[in-house]
Order: sequence, then structure tokens, then C-alpha cells
Amino acid sequence: MVSALDSLWLIPLFPLIGAAVALLLATFAPGRGKALVSVLCPGTVLLSFIASVSAVAALAKEAARAHQVIFAPWLPSIGAEWGIYLDPLSAVMILIITGIGFLIHLYSVGYMAHEGGYARYFGCLNLFVFFMLLLVMANNYALLFAGWEGVGLCSYLLIGFFYRKHAAAAAGMKAFIVNRVGDAGLLLAILTTFAAFGTIRFAEVAKAPAGGASMTLLALLLFAGAAGKSAQVPLHVWLPDAMEGPTPVSALIHAATMVTAGVYLISRSSAIFSLSPDASAVVAAVGAFTAIFAATIALVQNDIKKVLAYSTISQLGYMFLALGTGAWWVAIFHLFTHAFFKALLFLGAGSVIHALDGEQDLRHMGGLKKALPVTHATMFIAAVAISGIPGLAGFFSKDAILAEAFRSGSTALYVVGLTTAGLTAFYMWRLMHLAFYGERARHASAHEGPWTMRVPLIALAAGSALAGWIGVPEQWYTPAVFRAFPLWIAPVFHQAAHAPAGTPMEWVLMGASAAVALIGVTLARYFYHHRPAMPASFEQSLKPLHGILLNKWYVDEFYERLFVSGLAKGGGRLLSHFDSGVVDGGVNGTAWLTRLSGRVSVWWDEWVVDGAITLGAYFVKLLSYPARLLQNGHLQSYALIFAMGMVALFSVYVFSR
Amino acid sequence: MGPITTGHYLALSAALLLIGVAGVLTRRSIVVVLMSIELILNAVNINLVAFSSNAQNVRGQIFAMFIIADAVAEAAVGLGILIALFRNKETILADEVDLLKW
Repeated sequence: MVSALDSLWLIPLFPLIGAAVALLLATFAPGRGKALVSVLCPGTVLLSFIASVSAVAALAKEAARAHQVIFAPWLPSIGAEWGIYLDPLSAVMILIITGIGFLIHLYSVGYMAHEGGYARYFGCLNLFVFFMLLLVMANNYALLFAGWEGVGLCSYLLIGFFYRKHAAAAAGMKAFIVNRVGDAGLLLAILTTFAAFGTIRFAEVAKAPAGGASMTLLALLLFAGAAGKSAQVPLHVWLPDAMEGPTPVSALIHAATMVTAGVYLISRSSAIFSLSPDASAVVAAVGAFTAIFAATIALVQNDIKKVLAYSTISQLGYMFLALGTGAWWVAIFHLFTHAFFKALLFLGAGSVIHALDGEQDLRHMGGLKKALPVTHATMFIAAVAISGIPGLAGFFSKDAILAEAFRSGSTALYVVGLTTAGLTAFYMWRLMHLAFYGERARHASAHEGPWTMRVPLIALAAGSALAGWIGVPEQWYTPAVFRAFPLWIAPVFHQAAHAPAGTPMEWVLMGASAAVALIGVTLARYFYHHRPAMPASFEQSLKPLHGILLNKWYVDEFYERLFVSGLAKGGGRLLSHFDSGVVDGGVNGTAWLTRLSGRVSVWWDEWVVDGAITLGAYFVKLLSYPARLLQNGHLQSYALIFAMGMVALFSVYVFSR
Repeated sequence: MGPITTGHYLALSAALLLIGVAGVLTRRSIVVVLMSIELILNAVNINLVAFSSNAQNVRGQIFAMFIIADAVAEAAVGLGILIALFRNKETILADEVDLLKW
């Protein structure tokens, strides 16, 4: 019998074919084949999804729950090879990527219908899915890195999709450059892994005993890579700018999949992090800080997509918080639920922007509930889910993270997490109120998108509502099916799917997080519904704080000063000084030396060589003086000498006889 | 007085030679210098003819013919040089021209 596990390679192959066709079409027949692309590109991802589902179903039947296929060696010197590794962790990832990827492709068909570069868009999007699948299906770090860089490339291409717009091109560049910082760490981590373990296969690294090299260093290098891709402080600055790309791209790449690659990387390297409590503490601290830091910024942003972008950073911070406390499956669980409701929020925002002809400023929205009933209903579900209201997806995963943070013994982590939960509920309902409720903005023509846009919204809304029910807390004493997620994935991390006992406290914690979420929602409703003037008066009385938040804690300005003007331009100045001082100095010095030696040579020539010649000539001239007296030029004096000579010769002849 | 002998001819020739040499050495005008050279050549001719007569063969006379032709050529060339000199230097006086040096 042919098992779906034997054709795993088909999963990434489908989107690669779609990408090749669409990109060839975009290159050689721009503007043509729109119908083909509209069917082919979402279709390849759907096929990939079907293949993924059957592969995961086949995997579930295997006792080992891990399937490795090695096709060919690639770079034997560092142990790199072409191979696929499917275990419950990558299974979850491929289902998210292909499932949500398909919905977003479908949505894009409607959303991008009136934009230029249709085939280019779908080509890049399919290519992204291919690289993302490569990233999560790789059986070793080097192949993961190839996918990692590939998704970075696609991210760059899609952020800068509207490349004629300066901000979009600059944002793409920024994303690429900031990611390079993290990627350098990942690359070093891969080499260190090979040096420490002698292999870079995940399955073998996980089993390898503690290597000689410092595990803390290795873990921190991996975290640097993860922080770059997953936009953790201090490398978070690229993600808000990445919102320059088309909204479905923001949903797929910058919310649901690519930015979670860092979470995947760290949970994939859980064996290494388990060996280094210090590095894990760093991960948890950075995650917690990122979560609350980004949430404060999201409170005051006016661009609907910027709010969601900071929300994404904040939620990723939660995942890192979970990773840092060693709650691997909880982080992946939050990744899973977050993919649904954040993709939905972005697609809903896209629907709003689409309806308002490109308007993204929340202050110009309002009262869209009537005009966009489907968008409103689905976004409502997503907002409830992300806020952590009991019953929807976000509640279960976020509550699990908070419980783990509490269980880790660090009150600070728990308090930060809980505060962030309140902030999350507040900014999300601020967004809902500004966009959907209140006064009707003057957008008479606002209307829902085509069915291709509505269906993904509804599907994701269903996911946002229900996805959490496969990871309900232990103390609810539900049948095993409601704990399918931890049961499925926890063995990957050699962890028990069962939380330690401590049930009464769990209920208190759960009550606290639900209460905080409700407080956030209520406050937002109070501020933006009952007292619409209050936010403005708060802005006035807390102007400095509001300014700081609105300007994102001035991190961009700080980087601009430190790195762009400071290091890059300062470094440029330094290099310029080096150039004019040292390099030009060398050249000028050489020239000066040449001139000096030229002068010496001239002096030598004039005084010594010429002098010797002149002196010789002078002596000859001096000695020749009597001879010259004889040769006076007068014809007759010569004739006289001639005659006298004749006489003398004659005399000799005559008298010598 | 006895017959005219070869010795007489030789004496005449010597006299002509000395007169010619004296003219070449002392006269300032190049024209006269050239004329003096003619005297020297003719002194040679007399010598040749005298010895030819004395030796009873014609060889000396033939040589005299050559010298006459040579004198003509020499006069022509010399006068040509003289004219060129006059055109350039506005003079035909030998002591005013001192070009024949280093």
C-alpha cells in the first residue's frame, strides 16, 4: 500500500510548480493568464493541503510518530542534505501553512483582482508557501536555513510589491536588512551545532548528549535568528513597516506563518534550550518584554494594520515567553490559535481597507458594521478570540501560557503577561469600536468583497472560535479529544501532556486572565462608546506618554541615530577619513617620494652628470685653445701655412742630402 | 747668350710659381687670388712642357692639356663660389671672411 508518507515531497512541490508557472507568466506575458493564475495558484496550495492532511493522517497511524526521508547529500562538509522530517511539530506547521495559506490565496483572488502584477503577486505568494514548507519540513538546520532565507526573500518581494511606492520599497529593504542581523546568528548557530554535535539533523541533535561547546552560546545564537524572523525586541522594527505590502501578505507572512518560524526554530531546538537555563531565561524575558512593549504601542496607533502588526509582535512575545519557560507545546498551541485569529484580523482589516478604497486610518473609519456585516461578524469573533474571552481559541492558548509563566515561579513574567492580556483586549476593542461602531463615516460606497474574500473570513472565524477546543486545560476533566493538541505534540519535546497538579490555583489563574480580558474589553467600550471624548482628553493630559507610544518608543529614531546615521554614515565618514587620510595619504606620499627622488635625480643629472661632461668639455676646450688660434678661418693664413709646409718639406729634401 | 735650355724654362716656371704663391698669400681680393692660382698652374704647365721637350716624348704636353682643362674648371667653380659669397657676405675680400674654422 502506498502511504502518503512516501510522497511527502509532493507537498512542497505543488506550490513550487504554481510559483514557476505564475512567475514565468509574469515575466514573459505580463498582464495575461489571470484566470489561469487565479485557479492554479490557490489550487496548488489546496492540493498541498490535501497531501498534508493525508500525510499527517498516515503519520498518526505510525507508532514512531516521526518520519525521516533523506534524498541526497547536499553539503557533506557541514552535514547538510536534502531530506524531509515529519513529526507532530512539523505536521502542525504544514497544516497551518497549507490550510491558512490556501484560504489567504483564495482571499487574494478577490482582493488583488484590481491590482497590477497579479501573476507576480501569486508567483511570489506560492513561492513563499514552497519555502515555508521547506523550512518546516527540512530534516536538518542547513535546509531549514535555505527555507528560512527563501521566505525572507519572498517577504522582501511581497512587502515591496508596490515597488513604485517609495515607502514600500524602503520597508522591504528594512525587513531584509534587519533580518540579516538575526540570520547571521542562525548561520553561526548552525556551524556551532555541527561543531558541537557532528550532525545538524534535528532528530540526531535532539538525541545527542550535551556537547562540548557552550550550549548557552549556541542557544543564544539560535535565539538571535529566531528574534530576527519573529520580530522580537530589539529586532522588531521591520514588522510594522512590512505592512506596506498587500494586506493578504501581511496576513499570511507577517502574522500567521513566516514570523512564527522563529518559534518553530526554538521549539525544534528544544533539546539545546533545555540544556541552557540561562538562555531560556533570556528567551522568556525578551518575549515578555516584547509582549508588553508592543502592546503599549498598539494602544495608540491610528493605522489599522499597524495596530495589528504590533499586536502580532506582542503575541509572538507571548510565544517566546512560553518557549522560555520550557512550555514548548503551549507556545506551538498559541502559534496555532494565533494563526487563525490574526490571519482573520488581517483579512478583515483588508476587507475594510478594500471597502474604503485604501483607507487605513482608524480615525477616518466608523460605523462600518452595517455596510460590512460579514467582515464585522468575523472580526468580532477574532477580536473576542485574541482578547482571551473564555470559550474562543485565544483564551485557551493564552491562559496556558500565563499558567506556565506562573508555574515557572517568576511572578514578574506572570504579571507582565497578565497586563499584556489586558492591554491586548483594550487595543483590540478600541480598533473594533473605531472601525465598526460609533458614527458612520462618509463612505457611502463601502461594500463587502466578492465571495472569494468572504469565504476565507468565515472559515477562519470558525477556526478562531473552535481551534482552542483541542487544547483545553487539564483541570476541565474533558474527554481526551479536547486535549488532542497537547497529546499529539508534547511527545516531541519529551514532555508529559499532563500538567502537574495544582488545580485550585489553576482556576484562580484562569479567572484572573478572563477577568483582565473582560476589564480590557469593558474599558475600551467605556472609552470609545460611552465617553467618546475621553480618549482625546487623555491624550491631552498624558501628552508626553502618548507621544512616546505613538512614536513607538522612538526605537526607529534611536536605530536611525545609532546605526543608520551613526554606524553606517559615521562608518562611512570614518572610511572616508581613512580613504582621504591613509589611502590617499599613501598615494600622495608615494607621489611625494617620487617627486623627491625626481628632484634628486634632476640635481644629480644637472650637477654631477652634466657637470662631469661639461668639465671634460671645458678641459678639452682649454687644451684646444692654441690649436684654435691656428685655425682662424682666414683662407690666406691656411694657404700661408700650406706654403710654409711645402717650403719646410722642400728644405728637408734639399738640405738632408 | 747661349741657347734657351731646359734650365731657363725651369727658372721661368719657378719665378711664375713664386709670383703666384705670393699673390695667393698677399692679395686681399679673391679674384686676384684666383688669377694667382692660374699663374701657379701655368708654372706647372711650363715645367711639364719643358720636360716633355727635354725628354723627347709627348706625355708631358698631354698632362699640360689636362691641367689647362682643370684650370678652367677650377676658375668656373671658384668664381661660382665667389658669386655665392658676395651674395651672402657683400664682400669679395678674403680677409673679411673667416668661415673656414671649427
